[in-house]
Amino acid sequence: MDAVQKAFNGVVALDGASLDIEKGEVHALIGQNGAGKSTLIKILTGVYHSDGGHVHFDGAESFISSPREAQSAGIATIYQELNLVPLRSVTENIVMGYEPKRMGVFIDWDEAHKRAREILQRFGIDIDVTARLGSFSTAIQQLVAIARAVSLDAKLVIMDEPTSSLDVSEVKVLFGVVRGLRDAGVSVLYVSHFLDELFEICDRVTTMRDGRTVDCRKMKGVTKLDLISGMLGRASSEIAEAGMTEFSGGEAKHGEVLLCAENIATGPRLTKLDITVHRGEIVGLGGLLGSGRTEAARALFGIDALTGGAVSLKGASARLETPAAAIKAGIALLTEDRKAEGIIPDMSVRENLTLALLPKLTRNGQIDRAREREIVQSFIDALGIKTAGMEQPIRELSGGNQQKVLLARWLAVEPELLILDEPTRGVDVGAKREIQAIIRDYVSKGFGVVLISSEFEELVEGADRIVVLNEGRSIKELKNPGITEDILVRALAHTGEEAA
Amino acid sequence: MLDSNAFDLRKYISRNPQSMAVWVALATLILFGLLRYDNFSGAYNISSFLNYNSMFIIISVGMSFVIMTGGIDLSVGSVAAFTSVIAAYLSPHGIEIALPLAVLAGVAFGGLNAFFIIVLRIPPFIATLATMLGAKGGALVISGANTIAVDWGSNFTKMGMEKIYNILPWSIVVVGIVVIALWFLLEKTSLGRTVLAIGGGEDASMLMGLKVNRAKAFVYLLSGGCAGLAGVILASGFGAGQPLEGIGWELTAIASVVVGGTLLTGGLGSVPATVAGALLLGLVFNILNFENGLGTITISAYWQMVIRGGFLFAVILFQARVMSRNKRKGRVA
Repeated sequence: MDAVQKAFNGVVALDGASLDIEKGEVHALIGQNGAGKSTLIKILTGVYHSDGGHVHFDGAESFISSPREAQSAGIATIYQELNLVPLRSVTENIVMGYEPKRMGVFIDWDEAHKRAREILQRFGIDIDVTARLGSFSTAIQQLVAIARAVSLDAKLVIMDEPTSSLDVSEVKVLFGVVRGLRDAGVSVLYVSHFLDELFEICDRVTTMRDGRTVDCRKMKGVTKLDLISGMLGRASSEIAEAGMTEFSGGEAKHGEVLLCAENIATGPRLTKLDITVHRGEIVGLGGLLGSGRTEAARALFGIDALTGGAVSLKGASARLETPAAAIKAGIALLTEDRKAEGIIPDMSVRENLTLALLPKLTRNGQIDRAREREIVQSFIDALGIKTAGMEQPIRELSGGNQQKVLLARWLAVEPELLILDEPTRGVDVGAKREIQAIIRDYVSKGFGVVLISSEFEELVEGADRIVVLNEGRSIKELKNPGITEDILVRALAHTGEEAA
Repeated sequence: MLDSNAFDLRKYISRNPQSMAVWVALATLILFGLLRYDNFSGAYNISSFLNYNSMFIIISVGMSFVIMTGGIDLSVGSVAAFTSVIAAYLSPHGIEIALPLAVLAGVAFGGLNAFFIIVLRIPPFIATLATMLGAKGGALVISGANTIAVDWGSNFTKMGMEKIYNILPWSIVVVGIVVIALWFLLEKTSLGRTVLAIGGGEDASMLMGLKVNRAKAFVYLLSGGCAGLAGVILASGFGAGQPLEGIGWELTAIASVVVGGTLLTGGLGSVPATVAGALLLGLVFNILNFENGLGTITISAYWQMVIRGGFLFAVILFQARVMSRNKRKGRVA
């Protein structure tokens, strides 16, 4: 494909993306969140239609107008959320829509099972094809999806984050299948956040940034630092150089230790995290997607049970087994997913803002309405929440103002440790600055904050210290003043290599 | 709404736009009845209407709390049948013994539902379906599939038969007190707000440290208790425990709740609008009976059901239109 463009409601998602995939190669596609990878794939598979540019497939210019057309042209996609039917058998999932028939009407099950078995055996998988697909692991299900693609004579298989839910041994099996596809002359477009994998399996890599494809190179001879700098848009020499100067650590003055977590782990996505937060301090958690940032927040807030390590609060060891226990201990979490885990859409601004505060607002089982209104009004004023009134349903507010209400929800409770997961995501620049100022003001009162953000600028400017995460482990700690984005990027890239 | 300042209908409707349809429909039907039939406003009609419908009001309000959390309780009809038998057996001891114990039996069924749903994590539809069958069977077992006559010598029948000033039945007084208390609970207490928050987003509520399981247990216990009270009224009003009654009551209750503007997905609901919904459904039958009484046409019970279904559909259509208009306004604002 060449110079493909795509805009949604005037917002440009793709602005000149070019990609060429050769026959029988495994081609990696990387980029930060929002770089345009998904949009590009969806154009390739006919889910979206491009606004400009050309797509050539198998030698001829092609217009893929629907997923069905993409499939018959030989483009198959293995999505993160599998598009299979778990309640039906493995065979049915492989032959569905293309069942072998007897006398033109009846499905020839013997033939269908035989065909399914043959295809799977080519991948070295020997399973009962008559069993329900859902009874197998995610890895097997993923391989069945690939088997279906191959049985339909796919020439290009697109894999979107195929390893995100697989364990190490399962990844090995998957890689074996991918190599098998390549050797059979099938092309694979491989999208993944796990950069280490790419070196193992991919031939070439295309990097996307801000809706463009910025470069395409051979995997051989490329370093992880090159890839990261391409994704972030900085010269790798610049990063390396900036990293050489040691960060000067002017010790910031902070209060007593509020939270200390040592070696905590919750599963494969978070294997070893050390973090200490003092009173009056904002500690950032930095890392690429999939590095365990969100898992760290979930662990500290008692959502995921610890499988190892220990947490102490104000010097005493703490057992945070449920969110309720964490809240009782003085911890609060502003979740990343505002829509699903934050707002109650049909409730008013007032009701949303005071939900977490209700126990303190209730006297003799009755909510003190006058005090409730007073508190809500004071936060609307202090945080500059733009609303038609406190009775307006929160769903009618803009994203930035919804976020301020959710922030106010916790500020009103005054937790000693506030964990903020992507507090400014999807929020406009003005509101972003305001939210950052609110956070700074909050810690100045002697509270502690853990700040998780995928925007390095926000971390570098906002945090007093940054704990760098890579593949579920905290590897390095940076201290402000003195952290620059380049230093952070370098820490990410290099710690990764040290760990490997 | 229950604030010390006077009840402000406009403010109430603006906060609960989804319940506007039911109020308009209710007012229209009452006006229609008053203008068309002579005895519509008569003491006999009003008291018998309120007496009979008090059962449906109370189970509908109990159901509305369950639905507000995003759940459902299909067992209410069977539980009412069961508790009517219990109440009939206990009637010689007087209403002061029979009523609380029968309600407690209903609460016990609610506890069973809560256990299935919260501890065993069985979906509410399935869990309460099981309880529905169990309670129905239980009612038939303890009664031997016969109606159980109450003790006419005790004060038990007073609740379902006697009226204050010859117009206000005791049943509606008791139900009214419970309903007002529940209205207060929903609007003014943190438990009430937790109920609504769960329906709006159970994960979000849990992450805020709200006592999600406690509130969910409460709504099923409440719904069971309300069904228990309906069973007492049933036995008291008909002079017998009725193991075969209650079939389809859960659907009537769900219909009242939905007509009253409570979202079946939860998160939004109103106690007075649910009461209005129950009254509306009862009123359709009442008016059709009067229409038959005029003698010009005869509508069979089967056709009455069809007409009630059509009327229900019209109100819900009206409600959906009000809601979509309201949303558009909201977006511009």
